Amino acid sequence: MKILVCITNVPDTTARISFTDGDTKLNKAGVQYIIGPYDDYALARGVELKEQSGGMLTVLNVGPADSEPQIRKALAIGADDAIRVDAEPVDSFFVAEQIAHVARQNGYDLILMGRESIDFNSGIVHGLVGELLGIPSFSPVMKLDIEGGKARFAREIDGGKEYLEADLPLILGCQEPIAEWKIPNMRGIMTARTKPLQVVEPVPTEELTVLQKYELPPAKGACRMIPAEEAETLIRLLKTEAKVL
Amino acid sequence: MSVLVFLETDKGIIKKTSQEAIAYGAAVASATGGTVTALALGEGDASELAKAGRFGAAKVLHAADPRLNQENSLAYASALVQAVGATGSTVVILAKSGIGDAVAARAAARLKAAIVSGATELPDTAGGFSVKRSIYTGKAFATVEMKAPVKIIAIRKNAVDVQAEEGSAAVEVFNPVFGDNDFKATVTGSEKAGTQLSLTDADIIVSGGRGMKGPENWQPLIDLAQALGAATGCSKPVSDLDWRPHHEHIGQTGIKVAPNLYIACGISGAIQHLAGVNGSKCIVVINKDPEAPFFKAADYGIVGDVFDVLPRLTKAIKEG
Repeated sequence: MKILVCITNVPDTTARISFTDGDTKLNKAGVQYIIGPYDDYALARGVELKEQSGGMLTVLNVGPADSEPQIRKALAIGADDAIRVDAEPVDSFFVAEQIAHVARQNGYDLILMGRESIDFNSGIVHGLVGELLGIPSFSPVMKLDIEGGKARFAREIDGGKEYLEADLPLILGCQEPIAEWKIPNMRGIMTARTKPLQVVEPVPTEELTVLQKYELPPAKGACRMIPAEEAETLIRLLKTEAKVL
Repeated sequence: MSVLVFLETDKGIIKKTSQEAIAYGAAVASATGGTVTALALGEGDASELAKAGRFGAAKVLHAADPRLNQENSLAYASALVQAVGATGSTVVILAKSGIGDAVAARAAARLKAAIVSGATELPDTAGGFSVKRSIYTGKAFATVEMKAPVKIIAIRKNAVDVQAEEGSAAVEVFNPVFGDNDFKATVTGSEKAGTQLSLTDADIIVSGGRGMKGPENWQPLIDLAQALGAATGCSKPVSDLDWRPHHEHIGQTGIKVAPNLYIACGISGAIQHLAGVNGSKCIVVINKDPEAPFFKAADYGIVGDVFDVLPRLTKAIKEG
């Protein structure tokens, strides 16, 4: 079985966000980057499935050279090789076209990624790639087993979950608890250094959206404190002042 | 611009998030000169679907094929693309959700449409078409110009004020054509938490953290939620500890919510939790630790014991 896991290189969940260049670029100073947390779940389950089936797992990132520490980490966790499409991701459609291009060339049985990136939170790349390749896509997937070319999986739906079965090839957006995050061990880190990382040029795509500017939310006003012994006052304020009851 | 709105229904009734999508579509149509058609898939009662008119839809296309009763992004996207063709729509509005994003994505790839997921405001249509959206899990916003002829927007809750007015939409039977490719997966089972109010649809959420001290102590929180007609949520540690089910987990890697009122009980307010609630209109924090970081993000705060405060709030509500 050939598995492709797509990862994003994103600011850590605790990062303070600010912008530069007239609010058109993220201020990267002091920002720690990580593999997207949802992508990390996809990677962990991908590695488990590869180990069970004895297949091959390729990790793919669309991003500039800054992404390579995260790609090496994915190799250390258990990916066999890596492809980096050397481009700044412009929008979801651009990223999806790059993933679809790599997938058409190499033919994968299973494509996994996080349910969404944590920088843009669109949650649409798996659907776009699925449509571009003409294969089914599902998200958010929280359990996945593969048996004899068939996937059995659970998907979160509003207020619960749904169990499904479908033939491969498939593309799935993953979330917890599909697997536990894996931490690379020393042997993994050593072997990751010599695993192949291929850098490829992006394919051209049509420009469908253009970023105009970023902005931060307005500062939050002070919190109005209510003494615990007058807790009932809160209900009145929510009715008369905040007007939310 | 003619606008098509994708409806999500629950037992044939239009979900609140989809009512907002209709209102959003109606505002776009009125700013740009056009009408709003809504698309309903699967089981649905004509008199319920006609209520789309209260929020601004002129017409509802209803495809009642029973195969559409199961959420299926492939078939739904096929139906949506055909409805765009049938109505000549150039703007498509959906409520942001798992299925909304999946349908939006697949339809966008087929239509070569510009797609934005997570819009928080109405688009600016003076001289172009740009829309503001949430990014970095609510920590920032981006304004994006949508250049393609067809534009698909998945909106966040509270992106527009909904005012229901008198009105009834004409419900028409719609028969999209499906291929084998549209029904590739078999649903083998499902688990759904009974009649519980859905977190993404709820106007009020009461949420608990580790300060609740154990799953057996949830009753005061549930009582308050019931008195308020609210949904219940929880923090990540609580769901990791299995005190509450995973689908209640609110935060960066859980559900993102934007209710009118969010009441946090015994939640310290880690940045990852705040990321899931920062779209809320009003935040109340109850915590015995006055240094809890959540107070900095709150509108109202009570420093006190949740087991003392919660029953008193419930009583105050019941006494009106």
